[in-house]
Amino acid sequence: MSATNEGKTSGLHLLLAWGFVGIPLVWGLIQTIEKAMKIFV
Amino acid sequence: MFGFLARERTVAGPGFNRWLVPPAALCIHLCIGQAYALSVFNLPMTKLIGITESAPEDWLLTQLGWIFSLAIVFLGLSAALFGRWVEEGGPRRAMFAAALCWSGGFLVSALGMQLHNIWLVYLGYGVLGGIGLGLGYISPVSTLIKWFPDRPGMATGMAIMGFGGGAFIASPLSVSLMDIFSSSTHIGVAETFVCLGLIYLVFMMAGAAIVRVPAEDWKPTGWQPSSQPKKLMTTANVHVNEAWKTPQFWCIWVVLCMNVTAGIGVLGQASAMSQEMFGVTAAVAGGIVGFMSLSNMLGRFFWASLSDWIGRKNTYFCFFILGIGLYSLVPHTGSLGSVGLFVICTAVIMTMYGGGFATVPAYLKDMFGTKYVGAIHGRLLTAWAVAGVLGPVLVNYIRQYQIDSGIPKAQAYNTTMYIMAGLLVIGLIANSLIKAVDSRHHLAE
Repeated sequence: MSATNEGKTSGLHLLLAWGFVGIPLVWGLIQTIEKAMKIFV
Repeated sequence: MFGFLARERTVAGPGFNRWLVPPAALCIHLCIGQAYALSVFNLPMTKLIGITESAPEDWLLTQLGWIFSLAIVFLGLSAALFGRWVEEGGPRRAMFAAALCWSGGFLVSALGMQLHNIWLVYLGYGVLGGIGLGLGYISPVSTLIKWFPDRPGMATGMAIMGFGGGAFIASPLSVSLMDIFSSSTHIGVAETFVCLGLIYLVFMMAGAAIVRVPAEDWKPTGWQPSSQPKKLMTTANVHVNEAWKTPQFWCIWVVLCMNVTAGIGVLGQASAMSQEMFGVTAAVAGGIVGFMSLSNMLGRFFWASLSDWIGRKNTYFCFFILGIGLYSLVPHTGSLGSVGLFVICTAVIMTMYGGGFATVPAYLKDMFGTKYVGAIHGRLLTAWAVAGVLGPVLVNYIRQYQIDSGIPKAQAYNTTMYIMAGLLVIGLIANSLIKAVDSRHHLAE
């Protein structure tokens, strides 16, 4: 049974990958929250 | 030429970090989640010729409604038919094919709009896009389960949360693009479709490039499978062709179908419901729908992660018991005139609608093992295709029947809500019937 050394993928790779999907998702979330806030207006 | 797509070329090396796989899955699910935002094109597509208002030759909303229905039907069909192909060929080949179908669907639809030919739009978004949806939806699921045997619910919840979140990006992006491309003589929907198709192609190809499958003998560092066998968590595998001969498959099919039928009925009518029940403005109704979409997305991660702790069967018991109570409460929010209570009820209902989608891959993994879980999940998604037609039809037709019978619009949804609660009782019974799969169905290994 081989256990992997999970530390070898660079942090930059992880940051880029999560940023690639995270930035558009956060942008979309902010837009939706702004729209949802109209309930309280 | 396409050797880089082969499963053996995607096996991760010893230094690969499994936390790169969820963003790869999200690249796919955030794109195909656009399907939930298709309605932003409804009105513009009825004015392709008339521009400011619909001309007699323009398409009708009833014609356009078929685009989404076709896409969901082809999602279910392609997931069921190609599930085994996805499982055997690995996630990269499936993601690559999904990217070509999904973005190709947008381009064919754009051509259909340019030529004003609705059949090309049906073929593009409905058929080709629907196949892309099906392939894309199931492509990362079994890979995530294999990378996260310690938290399968959380892992699939993350990806399927992306499907809920895709609409958040697509909806404002589509509106902005249509603003850019529209003019006094042109509505800009076809150009927006071309742009979206190309953006989705890039994103989905990035996901296909990043994704890796774990080596056969890989397991997370420091993790040991539980030595205590759990009643509803098998260590054996069931072949996809054997799985659907088991009562467990059909019980989970009913569980998913009832949960989705109830949720989709409310989600599709939330705007009209809140306006007719409480007399709120269209803007406030839009806010309520936005809040519900947010709950739908967050519920996918929350409930699927929780299911790793309390078990899948108990998670669905929560959905059904809580759901029966909340659906029965919705008519009373109308008679009390409490918008706040209505928003809370529908928001919790939406978390459970999303949670039902996100928890089901881990439920299948518990019952049938990891080997064919992607293919079995594909076949199970036919329940979604059925619910996609059943939910809106039930809500629309019962509402119309009530109005035709002279019931005020504000009360026209009451019977529907009680029927939805009844559907959840069927789901509750199906869930309670689920027991471990008989060992005669297990693969000899």
